Amino acid sequence: MVGQIKSISNPALSLNILTPVDVDRIHHATLEIIEKVGVRFPSQKALDIWEAHGAQVDRDRSIVRAPGDLIEEALKHAPPAYTLAARHESQDLPLDGNHVFVGTDGCGVEVLDLQTGQRRRSNLQDVIDIVRISDCLEEIAFHWVAVSAQDCPPETRGLYELSAIWENSTKHAQTESIYSVKEARAAVEMAEAIAGGKSALRQRPVLSIMQCTAPPLGQDGGSLEAALIAAESGLPVGFMTMAACLTTGPATMAGTLAVGNAEVISATALIQLAFPGAPVFYAAAQTASDLRTGAYTGGGPEDFLFGAATNVLSDFYNIPLSMGSFATGAKQPNWRAGIENSLSTLMASLVMSDMLLGVGLLHGSRIWSYEQMLMDCEIFNIIHKMMAGILVNDETLTLDTIEAVGPGGNFLAQKHTLNHMRDLFIPQFMDRRPYNEWEAKRDGAQEWARAKAQQILATHQPDPLEPKLSAELRKIIASVEQE
Amino acid sequence: MHTELFQSMAQSIIDGDSEVAAELAQQSIAQGIDPLDAINKGFVVGVNHVGDEFSCGMAFLPELVMAGEAMKTAINVLEPEMTKRGTKRQVYGKVVLATVEGDIHDIGKTLVGTMLSASGFQVVDLGVSVPIGTIVEKAREIEADIVAVSALLTTTMVRQRDVVEALDDMGLRPKVKVMVGGAPVTRQWVEEIGADGYSEDAIGAVNIAKQLMAV
Repeated sequence: MVGQIKSISNPALSLNILTPVDVDRIHHATLEIIEKVGVRFPSQKALDIWEAHGAQVDRDRSIVRAPGDLIEEALKHAPPAYTLAARHESQDLPLDGNHVFVGTDGCGVEVLDLQTGQRRRSNLQDVIDIVRISDCLEEIAFHWVAVSAQDCPPETRGLYELSAIWENSTKHAQTESIYSVKEARAAVEMAEAIAGGKSALRQRPVLSIMQCTAPPLGQDGGSLEAALIAAESGLPVGFMTMAACLTTGPATMAGTLAVGNAEVISATALIQLAFPGAPVFYAAAQTASDLRTGAYTGGGPEDFLFGAATNVLSDFYNIPLSMGSFATGAKQPNWRAGIENSLSTLMASLVMSDMLLGVGLLHGSRIWSYEQMLMDCEIFNIIHKMMAGILVNDETLTLDTIEAVGPGGNFLAQKHTLNHMRDLFIPQFMDRRPYNEWEAKRDGAQEWARAKAQQILATHQPDPLEPKLSAELRKIIASVEQE
Repeated sequence: MHTELFQSMAQSIIDGDSEVAAELAQQSIAQGIDPLDAINKGFVVGVNHVGDEFSCGMAFLPELVMAGEAMKTAINVLEPEMTKRGTKRQVYGKVVLATVEGDIHDIGKTLVGTMLSASGFQVVDLGVSVPIGTIVEKAREIEADIVAVSALLTTTMVRQRDVVEALDDMGLRPKVKVMVGGAPVTRQWVEEIGADGYSEDAIGAVNIAKQLMAV
């Protein structure tokens, strides 16, 4: 069964977070960083491209210093809007500035088992189960590789994960776990098989690729080369900075925004220099490190502000944004998880970030929880409802109904009520029962979320991949393994 | 004797001021002070103070790191004088530190190195993406007590097992202890590969290293 996809569009709410002057200062600081300090590009191929376009390249240290106008010119080639294709066309995702889509988070290393609740290492079956549930949920528009298939060989793990997505869902696949040339080539081949050939893939990119930068001011060589291969084939490519105040960025938020921005736009410019017009996106999940341990925090007021500020930057560069939201630092689905995932997702939605990553992981994107996944979907539903704002017109003011009820009556039995009651939010996991009823059972959101996940897994049948295509994917993986 | 100088030394560490620490170390050599006294009566007092402040929540990680850096600078200045006098700073143990091959993640590993050396370990940091052979060879060469290896990716974490096995093959275990770290590392993984310890952060790593050295 191929389901609908829910997204936020035509927002009624908005937010002012950076003034045009602020953005201009961040942009010029960024260009100054790239030109004077430089960014590390540890890839022969990348350095060759930079050199051919007149950037100053220090081969010994792999540092690129590029003049501001080179970066600005390159970025002008990036398409402002394009569509992420799904196996099923009705699930295509237009990245046009008027949609907010949610994906699963990635890439966790442990799972809270759906049956036993015990924490254990993640494997391929977990990837499959998560994909199947995501395929069913309207809140989830596309897949990241949610957890690592640690029972698959490290050299081809990313390919098994990708194959698990296509075998079990018709929705768009965005992988964040392919970062070698060999795997990228095979992933493109697999995507070509799914799309129906090279030019079909260009028309309908069923796969997009997200790479992490290496803050501060660095890139990963394998990631760069994998991204170049993907871009050459027309796959949308994004670079994500996770610069963190205090450790990989300055203690100040503006400074960390500039450092992360330098990483993202320099890598994005490289893609445009190599393949002008290639679809690209901005990706970010900045944070503030913990003052005591230096660790990644995955939540806090800084994260929420970064979540809103980054879309202002990606709008300035006129490319879509994939923004880190949800992804709480909490160790269990609890108070902290609720606060962090609500506020981060609200802030990133208010500015209309194109993609939100993503639901389901705890402890700073390390531990998968099906319960958190479902509760995150409910958070998105709340924010989806809020973003619609308050509609004011004759029908919604409904003076005739008010007159009919008059002072002291109630509105329950009005036709207008019947027509509009379903405009109101209907929670799945909020306990609004009488106290006594709760006291008798003492269950709640977590139990209900788990039951829903179990029920979906037991009953949902994703539209299967043609056996011929499955065989083709397996063949591609096998040929990489034989190399 | 030299109380004021020792106090200034401690203060330079508390302030995290490497330049002043180096100057004071120079001064102490010029005045003929035993470098071991400079360290133990001066600089270490500062390190301990910052450590105590940190423990009770008054100081934060950047202050620890800066104190550690200042301490390292001071010791580097004093090192030649110690060699000349034929004395040696007592260290808790020798640590070979690296991020495994194929993995360029640096910051956590470097932080562990800073904390270990500030806490009295001798640390040889081989950097990032280091081949297994290089790590274990260095361990043999310097007669390391601990090999500490970091990995941030599940695909590179598997090489932590290779380090344990390589040390086994060389007959260096169990004398050489193996510590592992990085976001995907769990207790289950540590037990599975037969490593001796792990920590989720740099402060914890120091405690584990001390436990392994039985100090």
